[in-house]
Amino acid sequence: MIVKRREALIGRLLLVLLMAVTVIPFISLFVTALHPAGTYPSGLSWPENPQWGNFADAFRVANMEKLLWSSFLIVLGVVPVSLLFGTMAGFAFGHLRIPGHRAGFVIFLLGLTLPFEGIITPLYYQIRDLGLLNTRWAIILPLIGLFMPFSVVWMRAHFVTMPDDLSEAARIDGANTWQLFRRVHVPLAMPALSSLAILLFLWTWNQFLLAIVLVDDPAKRTMAGALGAFQGQWGTDIPLLCAGALLILVPTLAIFLAFQRRFVAALLQGSIKG
Amino acid sequence: MPAPRTGRRAARARRPGAAWLGWLFALPAVLMYATFVLRPLLLTVQYSLYDWNGIGASTWVGLDNYRRLLTDPELSATILHAFELILFFSLIPVLLGLFVAATIRGIAESRLATVARTVLFLPQIIPLVAAGIMWSWLLSSTGLANELLSAVGLDSLTRAWLGDFGTALPAVGIIGAWVLVGLCTLLLLAGMSKIDPALYEAARLDGAGPVREFRSITLPSLRQEIGVCVTVTVIAALASFDIVYIATQGGPGNATMVPGLEIYYLAFSEREVGMASALAVALVVLVLVCVLPIQRLTRESR
Repeated sequence: MIVKRREALIGRLLLVLLMAVTVIPFISLFVTALHPAGTYPSGLSWPENPQWGNFADAFRVANMEKLLWSSFLIVLGVVPVSLLFGTMAGFAFGHLRIPGHRAGFVIFLLGLTLPFEGIITPLYYQIRDLGLLNTRWAIILPLIGLFMPFSVVWMRAHFVTMPDDLSEAARIDGANTWQLFRRVHVPLAMPALSSLAILLFLWTWNQFLLAIVLVDDPAKRTMAGALGAFQGQWGTDIPLLCAGALLILVPTLAIFLAFQRRFVAALLQGSIKG
Repeated sequence: MPAPRTGRRAARARRPGAAWLGWLFALPAVLMYATFVLRPLLLTVQYSLYDWNGIGASTWVGLDNYRRLLTDPELSATILHAFELILFFSLIPVLLGLFVAATIRGIAESRLATVARTVLFLPQIIPLVAAGIMWSWLLSSTGLANELLSAVGLDSLTRAWLGDFGTALPAVGIIGAWVLVGLCTLLLLAGMSKIDPALYEAARLDGAGPVREFRSITLPSLRQEIGVCVTVTVIAALASFDIVYIATQGGPGNATMVPGLEIYYLAFSEREVGMASALAVALVVLVLVCVLPIQRLTRESR
């Protein structure tokens, strides 16, 4: 078994190397953020006297509390509605198997591969005609539509595994379709729903294209969109930019570390089904 | 997709009206999807047949925009760039992911691997914009990449990687590879954990080395996972926007201009809505043409 042990050692080394490559950009970002504002620090050197104040400065100049609030509102507008609509349609396509469910499902399925750039131009004019440019609705409403393919496909995949006997039993007890959905199937769909919620939260929070095209005011954008504006404004002040970027990362990183098992599982499943 | 079960069919036959009522459940999703995705998509196709500056009157030009797409070297270059990015976004993460996953398969249950699962996911969590900012700094003329090169005596190679005509596109590609390699590794590793260990033991007894083992057991069993990795990464490459927007804005010159960014510039700075839409249609079709065969190849065999 000497071969096995040597292989395990090589495996460990390789893994550590890959982890290092993954983490070094984060470390570099952190170290750079601690250098005096306006300097061009080199690589990974630890500053002689770390400027923790940079984070406070970045927080202030980026209007961080406003950005957090804005992103929170957008997530609040997008995620619960997408979950509800996606679950209902997934239930209809996967469990009720409504007439024409196959054709309907394929139309959603094709939407999975659609790059957002493919529809961004008409979307701009559509949102303008609705009078919603520069409001958070300009991000919320299209995102719900754009998340429908994935949400429906994801929830349908859950509902096709639900046995029909379950519904038959509930029907015999006198439940109508809505009660069947609400009382029996939604509670059973919780694991699938919570993974979907994680993915939708992440994709909303990190949405960039819709934010920069449809909303000019960074304070009404998502975090990622605001970061783009922050780079445009402070791009020459490297330490400040790094501090700002890091601050914008913190909320997602914190949530990720708190729910990491669910996250990893959700993302792995998410790409398999997507 | 499981075959429809006969019990359900019978149940539906008893309540034909109720079956159609089920569409009420699908209606909200269908409405949102139709309003904010399908309608704009059809409009993109319509716009692509016109010459329109977004404000004044539009003129019908038929397929002229598409003709220009094929003949204008600046526009067709964006599509070539997207394909070049596939090398970095797809090929490197999938090959490297396969190699790493195969090597660490033996220690997949160890503590180190558990930690690695979290760490390798970090690039997937952060906005691509943030990845772009980090790497712009690492790859800048005073960045870490150049420092490392100098440290090993390769001063002659140092440069502003994202600002050099020859290296800008590969440098953008490296950023994408960094984002995607962890995801691919973990997806492939998850696939490998489903392979029956008895297969490997049998192969060992037959005297197969790691390479043979990889080719005859691991690779064939991972068809589906490899398909997923390729699909996800190819879409990421063809539709790339965030990273390029932040790291190079398409420059230097047009060296890193990709379709997504060109659509954005054409539609919103150069006011060539028709041309932007034609490129958008081309991009949507291109993604489908690349992704559907991969899906067929990897799903049918299961």
